[in-house]
Amino acid sequence: MAISAPLNTALRAFAMLLFVVAIAACSRTPNAMPTGVGNLGPGGGAPGSQQEFLVSVGDRVFFETDSSNLTPTAMSTLDKQAAWLNQYSNYRIMIEGHADERGTREYNIALGARRASIVVNYLTSKGVNGQRITSQSFGKERPVAICNDISCWSQNRRAVTVVQ
Amino acid sequence: MTLLTRRNALKLGLAGGIAMAAAAKASAQLNITVEGANFRPLPIAIPDFASSDPTFGREIAEIVRNNLRRSGLFQPLDPASLPLQVGDVNATPDFNTWRTANVDALVMGAVERGGQISSSVRVWDTRQGAQVVGSSYNTDPNSSRRVGHIISDAIYSNLTGGGGYFDTRVIYVAESGPKANRVRRLAIMDQDGANSQYLTDGSSMALTPRFSPNGDMVTYMNFANGNPQVFLLQLSTGRQQQLASVGAMTFAPRFSPDGGTVAFSVEQGGATNIYSVGTGGGQPMQLTSGAAIDTGPSYSPDGSRILFESDRGGSPQIYMMGASGGNAQRISFGQGSYSTPVWSPNGDLIAFTRQSGGQFNIGVMNPDGSGERMLYSSFHAEGPTWAPNGRVIMFFQDPGGNDGPRLMSIDIWGRNLLTIPTDGYASDPAWSGLRA
Repeated sequence: MAISAPLNTALRAFAMLLFVVAIAACSRTPNAMPTGVGNLGPGGGAPGSQQEFLVSVGDRVFFETDSSNLTPTAMSTLDKQAAWLNQYSNYRIMIEGHADERGTREYNIALGARRASIVVNYLTSKGVNGQRITSQSFGKERPVAICNDISCWSQNRRAVTVVQ
Repeated sequence: MTLLTRRNALKLGLAGGIAMAAAAKASAQLNITVEGANFRPLPIAIPDFASSDPTFGREIAEIVRNNLRRSGLFQPLDPASLPLQVGDVNATPDFNTWRTANVDALVMGAVERGGQISSSVRVWDTRQGAQVVGSSYNTDPNSSRRVGHIISDAIYSNLTGGGGYFDTRVIYVAESGPKANRVRRLAIMDQDGANSQYLTDGSSMALTPRFSPNGDMVTYMNFANGNPQVFLLQLSTGRQQQLASVGAMTFAPRFSPDGGTVAFSVEQGGATNIYSVGTGGGQPMQLTSGAAIDTGPSYSPDGSRILFESDRGGSPQIYMMGASGGNAQRISFGQGSYSTPVWSPNGDLIAFTRQSGGQFNIGVMNPDGSGERMLYSSFHAEGPTWAPNGRVIMFFQDPGGNDGPRLMSIDIWGRNLLTIPTDGYASDPAWSGLRA
């Protein structure tokens, strides 16, 4: 039933590669990536798989410039995440906090942590056991979108929920 | 133009010229004084140094020429154009010959490589027919470039009235690989980009290195254990350890001027506050509190106060507090946001990063927040660090896109913008003090 673990990992890596490539192409199309993975096409993965979380639930939320407030879209994504995580409680979760390059290095490390913390708090408020969650800030050091463009930077101001 | 005229025309220092009161000393000695509009670098003749190994003599002279040229305050003349191609440190120059060649300042040096490297140098004021500098130096044979830097410092210091900064090193983050998955590791080099070597292997991301005052300890942030933590690294032994176990994440470290304490940021639950802890261990002391982001601490040269940035009022701004915390006063009030305040070793200025109008700026202001001046502006620039003489600032700038960061320097008069040569992308420079 479930995809075997190595294949699953490989698929996920491939999906991420596709994502990076797609972003690297620097699409200016509005809403090209509402959740970061929405345009990967059919094939959401088996129920309860990491692939399903990535493709059907959406693993990331985005923030406004220099903000760690959750937008309505972000809250909607996190609601879906929480429901999925509450259904499949065998996973541990790592929340990565990221910032765009339009800030200084140290401040963005702190900003990434603040974003991750907001997401952790939201998920726990929706019933996800805090014991399952860890978080880490990457500041601006791990962008996914590379170009000098506001639409790109917005893809980098993100918190990513990694299911482990 | 006589030297006296040049000295009068070129006042070193800011508009007030306070820094260069010394330059007005009534001596026959050659001095450069520098002031914005009237400034012109001092032409200086530096023939190759006399040596039983002429190649070595040329190499050392070239280090001196390069340093003085890069300072922006001197204009070393083409050695081939000089009346003498190899210096003679033991004889009094024929001043008339040099004056005829329009040379005001003349450096004569000799260098030999034996059990030690020994070098002697004299600097002459040809108009006055007087010696300005006369010194000899010994360094260990494995650091031949240092003798060139030490001589450069002696010349710079004597002729400009400020401390030297050439016998120094810079620790920085060497960056390689694609932007989305950059490898970032610590590297160290001489201030002119020579003798670069890696200090960490890149297996974990390393950021924001800073020197201790004695130059042997480095504090930096290391992602080895997941969330980044502040580490202490001893350069002479390679030993390192985590600074403190407090909060979820520690970062943004900087040494106190006596090297005994590190101020740093601690993040817990999304709030970031400033702490300090002794480098020998002990209980970290919390200096700020609240839900805001307080980071980028930097001590005053006397150790009594700490600058930091905080977004407690909305956008990041610069605040000042006592070294034991409490009573923080905001000192930056311009448009946009202010980050990475760093106190000059002289105490007279604060360098910072300002974001405004979609640009990043490197600027300086007085410690009370007045007299703000922007020195450099671009798509991205951040992270100023001071040369030990308080006259030159190094920082990094990134053109964005798929490109990467480079180290740059500029002087406090906003002149002499230089790119520091590095093998690859480089960021987070930290300038050492003068080496012991």
